[in-house]
Formats: sequence, structure tokens, C-alpha cells
Amino acid sequence: MKITLKLFATFRNGRFKVAEQELPEGTDVRQVVLGLGLTEEEIGIVMLNGRHGELDSTLSHGDTLSLFPLVGGG
Amino acid sequence: MRKVITFLKEQTKDGLLPWSAQDATAKRFSLSHAAVELLALQNGIFPARYQRNKNMIQIEEQLRLFQSRVAVIGCGGLGGYILEELARLGVGQIVAIDPDIFEEHNLNRQILSSPANLGQPKVAAAAERLAQVNPAVTVTAIQDAFCLANGFELLAGTHVAVDALDSISYRLQLAEFCNLAGIPMVHGAIGGWYGHVASQFPGETTVQQIYRHWVAGKGIEQQLGNPAFTPAVVASLEVAEVCKILLGKGEPLRNRKLSIDLLEMEMQEISYAPAPVTLVDAA
Repeated sequence: MKITLKLFATFRNGRFKVAEQELPEGTDVRQVVLGLGLTEEEIGIVMLNGRHGELDSTLSHGDTLSLFPLVGGG
Repeated sequence: MRKVITFLKEQTKDGLLPWSAQDATAKRFSLSHAAVELLALQNGIFPARYQRNKNMIQIEEQLRLFQSRVAVIGCGGLGGYILEELARLGVGQIVAIDPDIFEEHNLNRQILSSPANLGQPKVAAAAERLAQVNPAVTVTAIQDAFCLANGFELLAGTHVAVDALDSISYRLQLAEFCNLAGIPMVHGAIGGWYGHVASQFPGETTVQQIYRHWVAGKGIEQQLGNPAFTPAVVASLEVAEVCKILLGKGEPLRNRKLSIDLLEMEMQEISYAPAPVTLVDAA
């Protein structure tokens, strides 16, 4: 299956802003995160098709997955 | 009081009450600036200092802002700008909460900090600044760390709580407290070129959802720090939310979060599922 993967803020450094990804059926968000060399602790927001998603969310063909780093300063 | 009102009306020019007259009234009748401003607004007299608010904030709305109590939790990067803007907007009661003193590394962005007040409590600088900017505002300065345990004491009577904290764990406590106490919360966070804003109303869990994946520690601000402009941008968005919530107008960032990237100049909106409505016992 194909998904669109969008990266935001510092996740773009040395990677990309947006890319099409070919993934095996049943892949979840966590596997994509780890595949990018990121850790779960670095993840702020998971957005799946414009809405809040989970690391456990299973991806489907045609999904748009967006990943944002954790932001917590003031 | 009738004498005061008559005096205020005599001083009004073109429907506006100049600051000099507000000040003179306070001195002449031995009243606080807050008392004079309240009387003016209650009697349809628009203080001239708010005249540029006038076409977007009507006099009854200006009165509502003046009778509102807003707590700003954190008086650093975000908090300094938030306090400044709330006082200029005309929010009558402002609670400033922060346990810290100013340090040199604050000088690149924290508007309340200056070389002269290094080592001084941030809340003392806040009280001093707001007294200069708008003497009609009543400031309660609390040099303490907010937590679940002292929430009811610190935030008593607050209409909106504004998150200007730099710690995710305290932020989650504030979100939890605001739900317990039934107070709307405006949430903001920054790191480097990036930031985000959201508003959470009682019964909603937006802030908890935003930090759903958080385990411990800080976010990207740990590596990137924070520049001069990111706190100003996010703080201003937070104050716009506070203004709308107090006046019940516009569309707050409810069940949605605005993410801001100042490096690429991009804004993203993320939707959150509305909190489940608690069903009232049908019987």
C-alpha cells in the first residue's frame, strides 16, 4: 500500500517534507516512526488524515500521516 | 458616587474620558484607579486609553473585560507578552504566577527581563510593569509554582487560565486542574522556530491529547532554545483566544490545535475528537 508521509519542524532535518511511502499492509504508525530513526519519546503529534492519531493506529492505502516533534517550552 | 459620576461626565470629551481625568478623579475622591475605571465603564463612559479598541470591543464588552479575572501561569517568554497584552486590552484582574527569578539566559526573549532586574522575581517585574502600563488593572503576583495541590488557592475566581509554562508535566497538571475547577484554559507551547496554541474548555481533554505520547522531559526547546520572536507570536495568539473566550465571540481553537512553523512560515491545524458528552440520567 502507498501512504503520504509528511514531516514537520525538526523532523525534516536530513529527511524530507513530504514523501510517498510504499509499506506492507498492516503497518502501524509506530513502525513508520521507528523506520525514520525517530524514537517514540520524540513524537509530539501524530496526525492521520487531518485528525489526531495514535502510534498504534494501523495505516491504510491512501492515508496521509503527519508527524510533529514534541514542543513544550514557554 | 453621584458626585464622582457627574465629575467623570464633565471631564468626558467627544465621548472619551482622558487618562488625566481618570487620574484626577482618583486623587480628588480618594478612589483607586480600578474603582474609577469601573464607575466610568458602568456609566457608559469610554476611557480614552481604549479608544482604538472601540470598533471591535463595545463599551459593555470593555466592562466585561474589566470585570474579568485571568491567571497567567508562567511569567517568562510567553507569560511576559501575555501579561503585557492582557493589561493593555483592559482585563481588570490579572494573576501572575511564577516561582523563578530572572537569569541572564532569559534576556534574549523574556520581555519583562532586563540587565537591571537579573536576580529579581519574575512576578515582581510583572507587577511593576503592569502598574506602569495600566494602573487600573489589579495585579496579584504569586511567587510560587502552580500544581494540582495549590490550584484552588491560586486560581480562585479565575475566568480563564493561560498556560505560559515551560514544563509539560506542570502543563498537564494545569489542564487537569482546569477541568476539575471548570475553568477554560488557553494552552501555548514553543520550541525554537515552532509553537502551537489550543483552547480547552471544561470537560475537554485537548491538552492531554496533545501530550498523549509524552513520557518525560522537555520537547525540542531543549535542543533549539527559544528566540525573541516565537514567544511573542504564540503569546499573542493565546491572548486573542482569551479575549474571545471572555467575550463569547468568534471561533476559539476548540477541539483543534494550531501548529506554527516560523522557519517555513507554515501553519497547520490538527483536529481533535470532541470530548464525549456525559449523558444525563434519562429518568
